[in-house]
Amino acid sequence: MDINLHIPASQATALIGPSGCGKSTFVRCLNRMHETNPIARVTGSVHIGDLDIYADVSPVEVRRRIGMVFQRPNPFPTMSIYDNVASGLRLNGFRNRRVLDEVVERSLKHSALWDEVKDDLKKKSGASLSGGQQQRLCIARALAVDPEVLLMDEPASALDPVSTAKIEDLIFQLKSQYTIVIVTHNMQQAARVAERTGFFLNGKLVEFDSTHKIFTNPSDKRTEDYITGRFG
Amino acid sequence: MTRIRFQRSLDDLKEKLLVMAGMAEQAIQRAVEAYRVRDLSICDLVDRGELAINRFEREIDQMALDLLAMEQPMAIDLRFILAVIKINADVERVGDSANSISDRVRELQAFPVAEMPVDIPRMASLAEAMVRKALQSFIEADATVAESVLSMDDSVDRMNEAAYFALLNLMKTEPHLAPQALNALMIARILERVADHATNIAEDVIFWVRGADVRHHMLENEHRQA
Amino acid sequence: MASQYQTTAFTRFRRTTANHMASVLAVLSTIIVVAPLVAIFAYLLYKGASSLNLNFFTQVPAPIGEKGGGMANAIVGSGVLLAISSVLGVPIGIAAGIFLSEYGRGSKLANMVRFTADVLNGVPSIVMGIAAYSLVVLPQKHFSALAGGVALGIMMIPTITRTTEEMLLMVPHAIREAALGLGVPNWRSVLSITLKTASPGVITGCMLAFARVAGETAPLLFTAFGSSFFSTSINQPIAALPLQIYVYAISPYDEWHRLAWAGALVLIVLIVVSVSLVRYVTSRGVLKGAS
Repeated sequence: MDINLHIPASQATALIGPSGCGKSTFVRCLNRMHETNPIARVTGSVHIGDLDIYADVSPVEVRRRIGMVFQRPNPFPTMSIYDNVASGLRLNGFRNRRVLDEVVERSLKHSALWDEVKDDLKKKSGASLSGGQQQRLCIARALAVDPEVLLMDEPASALDPVSTAKIEDLIFQLKSQYTIVIVTHNMQQAARVAERTGFFLNGKLVEFDSTHKIFTNPSDKRTEDYITGRFG
Repeated sequence: MTRIRFQRSLDDLKEKLLVMAGMAEQAIQRAVEAYRVRDLSICDLVDRGELAINRFEREIDQMALDLLAMEQPMAIDLRFILAVIKINADVERVGDSANSISDRVRELQAFPVAEMPVDIPRMASLAEAMVRKALQSFIEADATVAESVLSMDDSVDRMNEAAYFALLNLMKTEPHLAPQALNALMIARILERVADHATNIAEDVIFWVRGADVRHHMLENEHRQA
Repeated sequence: MASQYQTTAFTRFRRTTANHMASVLAVLSTIIVVAPLVAIFAYLLYKGASSLNLNFFTQVPAPIGEKGGGMANAIVGSGVLLAISSVLGVPIGIAAGIFLSEYGRGSKLANMVRFTADVLNGVPSIVMGIAAYSLVVLPQKHFSALAGGVALGIMMIPTITRTTEEMLLMVPHAIREAALGLGVPNWRSVLSITLKTASPGVITGCMLAFARVAGETAPLLFTAFGSSFFSTSINQPIAALPLQIYVYAISPYDEWHRLAWAGALVLIVLIVVSVSLVRYVTSRGVLKGAS
């Protein structure tokens, strides 16, 4: 894979491309999640600021600064809503009840879920929510550890249009505080939420430019073919 | 090839627009011929043609709207449909211009034929050439051809301005020819507008093909020259 | 044309009959399977219930010839042995299960461990007894509860290991990824998230192993050895319910035969209670967990 790109802070960057083009794999390299696969290898470097996330820090530390939301909502099934959101902090040793309460409330508010669950925080299990709510719960859980970057791997692809719209609005609000990288194969979604867009094809980054340029007048013919839906 | 139905719809749209443009072109030719030979039956032909042109305009707009709503066109497809909608309006106005000319010809029936110091047929053929070239650039998706249309506009503008002074002079020296002169002036103005529509069509083609908005650039150039 | 796809009355009749026959066979099979269990239980009840009284649960065996006495020492002895075996078997079994599922997947070592566990499962229980005899009894030069506990503990390990591994594998990969994505170290994720999610199933495995060794007799023959006295010490021979039943059953005394029947009834009741506990725990656990 020969990929070079600069992801600007406090913006959303979308990565689009056909299935199997490598965009999810690439994104997983950004927080060293590919290392869960024992035979995965990486060449090159990834920097957040001046820090090389491969050379200077441990994977655990990296993932505290670069959080991730997955395609299928995956709340911890044995835990309540409160416990789910607090899990990141708890499992890293933070026990102070008051701090946890505050962080849980703040995170749920940031992910636009607070009003819907504030009365059932400890009574309902994370898995009893609807799909869209579960995904927002996962976003809250990721935000609770206060990352600088949020990686989202097709966060709305398993959701209905209403939930998708809510998540997109959410991304819009989150942009001001976090840097967001969103992988999506829904081009309209990329167009709606991201300032910059990268087009991946067969493991290569074909074009990386402002979203406006990519969707109105891309430079590379392959990008245009993908966007207009013309293959073969 | 994926999206074959969509591609066919785009091709249909293009063809429809070209048919309509052909009718508008023919209308202008007929209207100018009617002026030259003072034949009212040709005016009737022009007037009847307008109904068909308007019907086409409505159909094309409807088709374009449907494609925008249902097919989520992106990039070049989006620019194409946008260009079609705008060219559609310009072509319809060319059709309207033919009608205006035919109205002038009917007005002139009441007055004797007189030699005018303005070569209407020549102006008309220049304007028609511009329209034809603009449509050719649309057919071939050729921005260079479209650009050449833009530069032809100057000649028509000059001819129009010369016509204004010449006819003004004529009205002063031979007042009894005022009606013919006035109508001739109006026809010249209408032809100048036809040339403008051709320019618009050419600009829309450049926008579609290159994704560049040339209108702004042209303005920039003018400011620099001034 | 439509008649090709319409079901004839005959077809419908055929399908209904086949349906009924399948249901009948299923019910019949259930009865055949359950009948022996019910028969055994009923017979034990018949033979042993009359001998059950408070004495049975509170007194040690009376000397030969005397009436009365009970199996209090055997019941307590079984308890002690099972406690020792659990302390030995459960942690090792769970740890091995965690290793097989989380850390060693696909490695040669993991394959060896799994193979060993499977072999251990198939070893006859009396051979286990001999092994424990060599390991504990010979060096100590006396029989002991410890030796019995070791024998039973080793027998628990394969079941617990395999069940733990299976249950951990059932935890969806997405849950693990979620934990790792939060910046949680792998060991923490395994213990606090994966194991916790799988815990009902893991506990089931432990209880299954427990229920199995609770009824084992052969390994105790020359490790715990059995005893007529009340004891809770781990360094001395100790009585056990299955062992006591065996001893009494092969004896020539009617009084002891009575006690043996009662003992068998108590043993089977205790095992049924354990298995029911297993069912109760399962119904609240993994199925709700892995949604």
